[in-house]
Amino acid sequence: MPKANGFGKYALTVCLLALLVGCSGDQKNWNAKDISGLMPELAYQLTDTSGETVTAQDTAGSIRLMFFGFTACPDICPTTLQKLSQAVKQLPEPAREDVQIIFVSVDPNRDTPERIKSYVEFFDDGIIGLTGTEDNLRELSKRYRTTFGFEDPDENGNYAVSHSGAVYVFDRKGDARLLVRPQQSLDALVADLAALANEGV
Amino acid sequence: MSAAEYLLPYDFSPLTVLAYVLVLSLYSYGLFRMPEGDRPGSGRIFTFTLGVALCYGVMQTQFDYYSQYMFFVHRGQHLILHHLGPILIALSNPLPVIQFLYRQIPQVVRPFLVPIGWLYRCLQQPALASLLFFGLIYLWLWPPIHFDAMLSRDLYWVMNWSMLLDGLLFWWLIFDPRSPITTNALGYGKRMLCLAVVALPQMILGATIVFSRGMVYDVYEVCGRAWPMPPETDQLLGGLLTWIPPAMMSVFGILIILRRAMWDDVNRASHSTPQEVPQ
Repeated sequence: MPKANGFGKYALTVCLLALLVGCSGDQKNWNAKDISGLMPELAYQLTDTSGETVTAQDTAGSIRLMFFGFTACPDICPTTLQKLSQAVKQLPEPAREDVQIIFVSVDPNRDTPERIKSYVEFFDDGIIGLTGTEDNLRELSKRYRTTFGFEDPDENGNYAVSHSGAVYVFDRKGDARLLVRPQQSLDALVADLAALANEGV
Repeated sequence: MSAAEYLLPYDFSPLTVLAYVLVLSLYSYGLFRMPEGDRPGSGRIFTFTLGVALCYGVMQTQFDYYSQYMFFVHRGQHLILHHLGPILIALSNPLPVIQFLYRQIPQVVRPFLVPIGWLYRCLQQPALASLLFFGLIYLWLWPPIHFDAMLSRDLYWVMNWSMLLDGLLFWWLIFDPRSPITTNALGYGKRMLCLAVVALPQMILGATIVFSRGMVYDVYEVCGRAWPMPPETDQLLGGLLTWIPPAMMSVFGILIILRRAMWDDVNRASHSTPQEVPQ
């Protein structure tokens, strides 16, 4: 039946077009890597700088920027924390209040809550510094497909820690949204955070 | 970490464990129940078990942890899943066991297996099988796709399973124990051609990784390495593992096929009646 075939083709075209529109309607041009749907929502149970146990629920409703590092880190951690706090400061006023930086130390043997506190306050008072037992930290890093490892200590007891160089960005609902690579520029980061803050407002 | 903990899965996948238990149970059921004359010898049983154990080992022990956070270990994992494990399984010739198990399937169920047969024959077209074999390596090593696969747990499992299944299909096509003279198995010349065809793109890809100056796979940088190792060293080792062992395995495969072809020739010559050569 040619008529039915013609209709079938028409219906197929409409469906495909609708699918294309449906797919592209949501696309944004992020500067960071879009990780929507690739990772589970934000969840952790760790110790903050005052020694209290905290969970992701405590910061629910804000955009969270999570970064793994250690306070004796020579390069990537200070650079990243500096960039993150500058980016948040450059955001327009209402959005600024909505963004929370979370620094997770993966060096629990050296990084005490006090040491983390003075470290993060050097960059910004608002940064949440967290750590936990190695098991807890392993579980969290596994959840976000990252890891950390320790070098053998030298004669002074110093050692390097390998850790993720990226910042994990979670939206207000706690869904994983963006992965900011270390080389992403400050302006590009501010643009991404502003776009994310404008969502659903 | 104790030795026993190294043998426990880093990322426990019930479906994967179930699949391996099923394969080993069916294989041993077949071995015990099948007629004595068809049963493979202990060397072949050992080769089969070793192949299966190697694949299981890289998927469900702490080896998997290092494969997720070190590029060169990841390349080693795929070398086993896509090459070494399936090569051992195919060389162990489990065909009599599979044929015995197939005969145990009730007649009423067999028509439902026909579509699987179609799909199998379609995938085993030599051109398509070769394309799939190196195409999958290129697909999963395409930098944006590789990045996603290492970040998403689901994609990671799809990647490893697709490599294993494709490895089994390809090496089974190459090391099919049936002679092409007496059955419709793929001819020896075509098998050797397939091996040469898949070796070339793998060598090109491996060499490209080895000689690239920048970081091709920055996901290991982004997600942290299992231990502090210079990224260039990790990439270099990974590139070498993509380049040299697969090329060697193709050569090794060609040698085995050549030997089989010569063996078949000798057999054919001795079975046919000698003819007088005209002066």
